[in-house]
Amino acid sequence: MKFTEEHEWLRVDGDLIVVGITEHAAEQLGDVVFVELPEPETQVAKGDEVSVIESVKAASDILAPLDGEIVEVNGAIVDNPGLVNEDPLGEAWFFKMKIDDMSALDDYMTEDEYKDFIG
Amino acid sequence: MTDLRRTCLYDLQRELGAKMVPFAGYEMPVQYPMGVMGEHLHSRAQAGLFDVSHMGQVILRAPAQALEALVPVDVQGLAEGRQRYAMFTNAAGGILDDLMIANRGDHLFLVVNAACKEADIAHLQAHLPGVEPVTDRALLALQGPLAETALARLIPGVAAMKFMDVAVLDWEGAALWISRSGYTGDDGYEISLPEDRAEAFARALLAMEEVAPIGLGARDSLRLEAGLCLYGHDIDTETSPVEAGLTWAIQKRRRTEGGFPGADRIQRELAEGPSRKRVGLLPEGRAPMRDGTALFDSETAEAPVGTITSGGFGPSLQAPIAMGYVPTALAEPGTRLWGEVRGKRLPVRVAKTPFRPSTYRT
Repeated sequence: MKFTEEHEWLRVDGDLIVVGITEHAAEQLGDVVFVELPEPETQVAKGDEVSVIESVKAASDILAPLDGEIVEVNGAIVDNPGLVNEDPLGEAWFFKMKIDDMSALDDYMTEDEYKDFIG
Repeated sequence: MTDLRRTCLYDLQRELGAKMVPFAGYEMPVQYPMGVMGEHLHSRAQAGLFDVSHMGQVILRAPAQALEALVPVDVQGLAEGRQRYAMFTNAAGGILDDLMIANRGDHLFLVVNAACKEADIAHLQAHLPGVEPVTDRALLALQGPLAETALARLIPGVAAMKFMDVAVLDWEGAALWISRSGYTGDDGYEISLPEDRAEAFARALLAMEEVAPIGLGARDSLRLEAGLCLYGHDIDTETSPVEAGLTWAIQKRRRTEGGFPGADRIQRELAEGPSRKRVGLLPEGRAPMRDGTALFDSETAEAPVGTITSGGFGPSLQAPIAMGYVPTALAEPGTRLWGEVRGKRLPVRVAKTPFRPSTYRT
């Protein structure tokens, strides 16, 4: 698993990557009450705001971690946003992407590096 | 960065695991480990303890009639031992701040918003004699259906108080200035007490099963569900009390006689109706519509007709809720409008407030 400075995690799943938010991010956000996901089959560029997550108090964006195509989204977190707090690293994944260059993943942090990053 | 002030309960809040944020010049707890949703629901089901010591407390030794020159409220008719909601208006009929006024026999006691307190005190001092800011007392709020049960264990006398009663009651030798009021839409109390006793008193309450500490996050969602205005958002120097739907706070004598700042506009709006009104808003979808969201009367209209001034999620309703200003013609409950969220027009309906029935002990 790899981690971004925007507190997203990336997991390789065959020729796709699965993207979600970290436990730290879920904890900082507080109770998630709304999630908006991108349309499948959307081409995205790294840094695009592809998803929105709202807690009781505030809204934040989820960015596309890499260039590629959104191929699948997790409707379960739209129906039950609280899942993002309950199981951020598992059931509450956000979307799956087909990325143009798998080696670009290497630029992101390992779990240990991420732990240092959040202090 | 300017130095943030701390209330006398700062150490206790840190000990309880609060996440602190800057608010109105103070470092305040926004939430505790229970989280905003949990705290909100706890306060609705049992009792929540809030530190509101950042708010301004002022003793006013001036005639009630003199204060009436600054507020459109009947202060002379306020009985001893009673409290009333009020607002300072400006010459243009806008609102400088909202406040509580209590009649404590030989003086009045005011509680004003934290962000406005310096300006309010200067405003009072410029117009009235006998303005005494209270700087050595904390202010706590205990809110919720079990607030009476909890507080009466320490101070039996509070059980006999009714909504908006005020009393001075003893707790272990300290004089507590108590009102049966609050900012959540539920029954509860606000308690002013000497700073050096505040932590012990808060601990005595927190030791009770029913009582949990509540941060500013849930304070905001609670007051929004109750349809209560937040100064600087739902009311400000541009909005009149009539537009804001606060005419209930302007008693008949003052409506007729005037004699307060902005009386021209306020009396005209009372007679003819305001051109815009504050309304409750229920988004039809699940996306919250936050403060600043533009409102349109159709999905394609180019110019907005209004703006959301407070918005978020109502934990008791498990749905997004908001308040904002719309033209009077569009203020009828059930009217469908569109809020623009991230470039998309989403449907929202005008709704009655409070969003959830209040449970004051009247």
